Amino acid sequence: MTKPKAMIECRDVHKYYGDYHALRGIDLTIKGGEFFSLLGPSGCGKTTLLRTIAGFEDISSGVVLIDDREMGDVPANKRPTNMVFQSYAIFPHLTVAENVAFGLRRDPRGKAEKAAAVDEALAMVGLKGYGARSAHALSGGQRQRVALARALILKPKVLLLDEPLSALDRKMREQMQVELIKLQRQVGITFVLVTHDQEEALVMSDRIAVMFEGEIAQLDGPEALYARPATRRVADFIGVMNFLPAHIVADIGGIVTVDVPGLGQVQLPHSQVSRANEDDEGAMIGFRPETMTLVGAGATHNQPRETNATIDEVVYYGDMTYYDLRLDGVARTDGKSRTVRISMRNVFGRDVQEVGTRTRLAWSPGSLVLFR
Amino acid sequence: MARFDAEARAGLSLIAPPFLYALVILAAPLLTILAYSFLTDGYLEIIRDFTWDNYVQVMTDPIVRVVMTRSLIVAMVVTAVTVVLAFPVAYYVSFVVRPERKSLWLFLITIPFWTSYLIRVFLWKVILGYNGVVNSSLTGLGIIDEPLTFILYNVNSIVITLAHAYAPFAILPIFVTLEKIDRSLLEAGRDLGESRAMTFWRVTLPLAMPGVLAAVLIVFIPTIGDYVTPEVIGGGKIPMIANMIQVQMLALDNRPLGSALAVTAMLIVAVISVTFLFLNRRFLKVRQ
Repeated sequence: MTKPKAMIECRDVHKYYGDYHALRGIDLTIKGGEFFSLLGPSGCGKTTLLRTIAGFEDISSGVVLIDDREMGDVPANKRPTNMVFQSYAIFPHLTVAENVAFGLRRDPRGKAEKAAAVDEALAMVGLKGYGARSAHALSGGQRQRVALARALILKPKVLLLDEPLSALDRKMREQMQVELIKLQRQVGITFVLVTHDQEEALVMSDRIAVMFEGEIAQLDGPEALYARPATRRVADFIGVMNFLPAHIVADIGGIVTVDVPGLGQVQLPHSQVSRANEDDEGAMIGFRPETMTLVGAGATHNQPRETNATIDEVVYYGDMTYYDLRLDGVARTDGKSRTVRISMRNVFGRDVQEVGTRTRLAWSPGSLVLFR
Repeated sequence: MARFDAEARAGLSLIAPPFLYALVILAAPLLTILAYSFLTDGYLEIIRDFTWDNYVQVMTDPIVRVVMTRSLIVAMVVTAVTVVLAFPVAYYVSFVVRPERKSLWLFLITIPFWTSYLIRVFLWKVILGYNGVVNSSLTGLGIIDEPLTFILYNVNSIVITLAHAYAPFAILPIFVTLEKIDRSLLEAGRDLGESRAMTFWRVTLPLAMPGVLAAVLIVFIPTIGDYVTPEVIGGGKIPMIANMIQVQMLALDNRPLGSALAVTAMLIVAVISVTFLFLNRRFLKVRQ
């Protein structure tokens, strides 16, 4: 089996704006045909990294290669990348077709062939017949499609997308997410997406690099990222995670034994151990709301462990119900008890439980992550 | 119905002051000039007889044709020089100057307005004169033996003076349209494979055209009727249309002919401006 070839390589890339260290040693390999996301809060350097790849920013040190070619002296207009800008950057003085054809000026093809290519590109993004419209008469979603067609018509090796969906309303955004995935499969081009929306990254990407303060905190597939966040900060950023204080009892032979008030003593292999935040006091156990199950009175389950709890709050979402639970044995601090959040799918026949009910929580040590 | 009338009255009373102002300040003088242009000139008086003679004279007099042509050429050259020189300045202020310095630059650009137009024109005479700053510097440095004569009392000197006087009027509208251009459009141009120069040509310039067109009209329309510069710099020897109107109106006391000249000049300017806008209408449709 041949490994997919590296399309983009960043080696120890640093970027300074004056004294501000925006990129702090980025090492990254993006494979050909991959849907790759740069995810992080605003100011984490993800857009800077994307613009570095596009050639809009010079790097202070390090190497960027695209398709095995060093990009140091290659200006933006000579790079095999095209970008979908956050504002879409549709030329307001041109029609839709002229916008899409903008990059074809030096294309040796004839006028008719270019026009056919423009029509094809517009059809691909679902804007068939919009060519003659003027650009300012378009809606946000349509502008985005024009921006996509304008970039894809040039058949770049890499398509860069800078928060392309952030300006759209929720429904449109979800629709465009699916369309982008389909489009990427169809054209087979490497997509690099910048987003601050963790859900968007999880939905769309083959792999995700989570960035904080100019560094990549974790680079993984969506499932690994969600199930095994490398640091507590990543865990906090992606989805909801419950945290309980834990005491490490022993660390022998690759197995860590921890005592968790509320859950009892558990043994975890090192593959379930991640890094805590620097300001954390002591170790923490983390788990996702959907990894544990509420078990009604008299019901059975096949999970290895069970914990007694009281329902503190019920939040009904229609398809899901969120329960905030007080685990037995978890100490109250400041008069407030630490609760954990559990989500249950409202399948047919399962009743929503009431506040104050004593209940059992079934779980497996395999779903826990230890942050130390 | 009664309520509608009340609303209509309220609306009319609201627009009444500006309407009256426009009527008195703008329309009345124009209509007076228009009326004069159809009257007959008697010696030291105006005879209230309708006539086309003034216009016939304006159309057929070769001197009027020479002066009008000169005015048009001077205004066109001044407009071209001013706008071509203003564009780089506006571009520099918009794209190169740091944002926090931009208002300082705009302030500096308006400094020439601090002195009266007349004084600025006289200063150009001092600079360009036979023994002026330019000539004495160049002779002093031994670059030329005799003072240059092509820079004073001719069309060149009029063009230089007017181009300087109207530079801020051209810089400011161009600057404003350049400021409005979304910078990501320029990055998009580069991203789609165009060099900086081609991005300028295909993106920046078309988007700046409304400002350029505004600058052209703002400079062209007043310069064609400029009176002071040809009078002072040209030494009265190379009159433009405004000087001719002044001579007819005041020196020769031929108000009907002066009015006909003024109306004709106004019509020519209007036709040229409207044609110019019509030819460039595609640039004005852009909404950013």
